[in-house]
Amino acid sequence: MSIWEYANPKKFIATTTPVVPWVLWLSVALLAIGLIWGFFFTPDDFRQGSTVKIIYLHVPAALMAINAWFMMLVASLIWLVRRHHVSALAARAAAPVGVVMTLIALFTGAVWGQPMWGTWWAWDPRLTSFLILFLFYLGYIALWQAIEDPDTAADLTSVLCIVGSVFAMLSRYAVNFWNQGLHQGTSVPVVTGGRSVADVFFVPLVVCMVAFGTLFIALVLMGTATEIRARRIKALETRMRG
Amino acid sequence: MIPDLGKYAIEVLSAYVVSIALLVAIVALFMRRAKKMRVQLAQVETRVKAIKEPMDGE
Repeated sequence: MSIWEYANPKKFIATTTPVVPWVLWLSVALLAIGLIWGFFFTPDDFRQGSTVKIIYLHVPAALMAINAWFMMLVASLIWLVRRHHVSALAARAAAPVGVVMTLIALFTGAVWGQPMWGTWWAWDPRLTSFLILFLFYLGYIALWQAIEDPDTAADLTSVLCIVGSVFAMLSRYAVNFWNQGLHQGTSVPVVTGGRSVADVFFVPLVVCMVAFGTLFIALVLMGTATEIRARRIKALETRMRG
Repeated sequence: MIPDLGKYAIEVLSAYVVSIALLVAIVALFMRRAKKMRVQLAQVETRVKAIKEPMDGE
């Protein structure tokens, strides 16, 4: 069995519909566990005080904001190369989730930055590239809405996604490229394995990261099925008029 | 019940309230649109069937 079989809209809906509620409930449960654990049962940091509790929202949201864009990039490339409608619609469905993740990362970053850095905002490489990524998300959604023909919209948004990937990349690695700015390096570097977060904060943080990840998967699966149905409605209505 | 957040209570609580509100909003929006499209597609497919059936009988 090939993964490309799921590029068939009917097969995609038949496979994902029973799975989505389970993934959604799993994400809600994990989110509740992670946030309650982090908020109520972890100590204050000796330097940052209670603001360390913002980590359980800020880090998973920032992680998913960038990962969502990379998922959109892969789906866009599949569309451009193989012309599978489901992949283009999956990219479209991921964008609003990415916007929310970026917004949460920006907001929590600002309210965390104010007491720690003494400012809500700084034109720091990571913060600036994140803001540009947020604007790319908005532009991506607007472009889908603005173009009537779905295939043309998928083509143009795919190109926009490829261009925006530069900023998604910068958001993740800007602190490594430019050794300046207020933002610290990655708290949980997956590649090197070293981390700057103590165990007492790390475990609930991982739970929250998995929760945000599963929530993203649930919403993208649900959103893709919705976009497939919306496209079918449009096709049937056009056929009836014709 | 709420842990002592000290002088950063507003920052921490606002981060949680806004983030949870945004997450609930996106889930609610996705679920509402999913339901709307399911219902709409069923209606359109019924209409298509109704148009097709007399044509098949001819």
